[in-house]
Amino acid sequence: MIAEIEMKQFSLSIDQTEILKNINLALPKNQITAIIGPSGCGKSTLLRSINRMNDLTEGLSYSGTILVDGKNIFEPGVDVTEIRREIGMIAQTPNPLPMSIYDNVIYGPKIHGLKDKQQKDEIVRRSLERVGLWEEVEDRLSAPANKLSIGQQQRLCLARTIANNPKILLCDETTSALDPISAKKIEEELRDLKNEYTILFVTHILRQAKRIADYVVFIYLGEIIEHGPAEQIFQNPADPRTKQYIDGIL
Amino acid sequence: MNRRKAEEQIVKGLMGVAIAIVIGSLILVFGMVLVKGAGALNLDMITKVPEGGYYLGKGGGILNAIVGSLYLAGGAILLATVISIPISWYLNQDAGKSRFAECVRTSLDVACGIPSLVYGVFIFLIMVVIHQRTALIWGIITVAIFIIPILVRAMDEVMQTVSRDLKEASYGLGATDFETLRYVITRQAMPGIVAAILLAFGRGIGDAAAVLFTAGYTDSIPTSLFDPVATLPLAIFFQISSPYPEVQQRAYASGIILLVIVLVLIILSRFVSRRLMKYVIR
Repeated sequence: MIAEIEMKQFSLSIDQTEILKNINLALPKNQITAIIGPSGCGKSTLLRSINRMNDLTEGLSYSGTILVDGKNIFEPGVDVTEIRREIGMIAQTPNPLPMSIYDNVIYGPKIHGLKDKQQKDEIVRRSLERVGLWEEVEDRLSAPANKLSIGQQQRLCLARTIANNPKILLCDETTSALDPISAKKIEEELRDLKNEYTILFVTHILRQAKRIADYVVFIYLGEIIEHGPAEQIFQNPADPRTKQYIDGIL
Repeated sequence: MNRRKAEEQIVKGLMGVAIAIVIGSLILVFGMVLVKGAGALNLDMITKVPEGGYYLGKGGGILNAIVGSLYLAGGAILLATVISIPISWYLNQDAGKSRFAECVRTSLDVACGIPSLVYGVFIFLIMVVIHQRTALIWGIITVAIFIIPILVRAMDEVMQTVSRDLKEASYGLGATDFETLRYVITRQAMPGIVAAILLAFGRGIGDAAAVLFTAGYTDSIPTSLFDPVATLPLAIFFQISSPYPEVQQRAYASGIILLVIVLVLIILSRFVSRRLMKYVIR
């Protein structure tokens, strides 16, 4: 297994409350890793540590390291904006920016210095095609992004993240605000995308984890209880708590 | 059940009374100004400069005061906006949660409560020290200083309402604080910012006290930033203090003109605001 993300003795507290406890984890490249666990167990915090989104939270302290592609993302002098470009994030509810569809997709490349109009057009088209949105919006790229349906908005957010040319996609319950059909579309697109990206998917819907995950991490109360290939976790969990959670008892 | 219905009726009644008081006083003020001023309103009022001095002139118009007020309020709003945007950005960046930012907010709230006359006296003292005469530029500076607190606090409030999700979308794509403030927060807050600018403009164009000592008064249209300048509120003040009833009537006509200018600006800004709403995420 080639590990893309490695967490070593990683602990995180907010206002002296320990949210994540001594996380040791290696996550496989070009696979979909589902992070499962009950609400409030630290799934999202774990995800948000990887692109340093937690930096925006007040009263945060952490220890340990997270290596992405062998580089420690907490090393002093590291460019956080570059980390966030390389590690894209798609939120729970679609959050298009207050601008046109085109400007939404090109926002990332633009702030990272892309000026050439032709290249921009190309990136917008490719990214929207990638998430299956191009044909739906081709003729109204300058329309405000808020005019799209919720499902389309979430695919726009996915396209916007891809336009940034990341290596890793972090999905934080990305389909939970969507109707079943839109959710299914996103799932399909993620499965398509895993050849090029390493995908981490936080979910509390077990059926969804079973559908899309190659690798599963089970967190409970800020600790990693068990992690491994999806079949192993779902069919033959080693820890009784994992089994209880999968059986819906925990 | 009856108690709830009665409660509903009482509250609705109170709302009606409150609205009636506001609308009623507005209609009374507008009505009085219109009735008293309509007779003196003619084309000369808006196309000519006064003839015969502040208090006594019965002829000519107040073109100099119209132009002066627009120059003054326009200049002040430009200056104030240019200064206020970075201040609101500062308050809304990550460090916005700091104790210092809270101090700045409190100071601005205090500054909002200081009478504009005090700002006028302050600038006047500076002018005396550096041997300057009353001029448009000093009027602009005075009005700008007195509307900056209003402008910043209004902008700050709308920027604070921008949702965390939206900011995180921007940071998550690798944007810096400045990029997030400029491309996302400011855009999302734009309709509110336009409203804030309009509010401040209204305060600026209607204020007589702040410019009493700093902008001066003249019967001619200023040709440079260093000429003294007349304003509508001051023109009205001088006209209404005149011993001649005809000149007093002209004060009301000037009032109508000031009302019309403000009305046009409000309609214009509503229009601009609606256009800007297009991209706002709700």
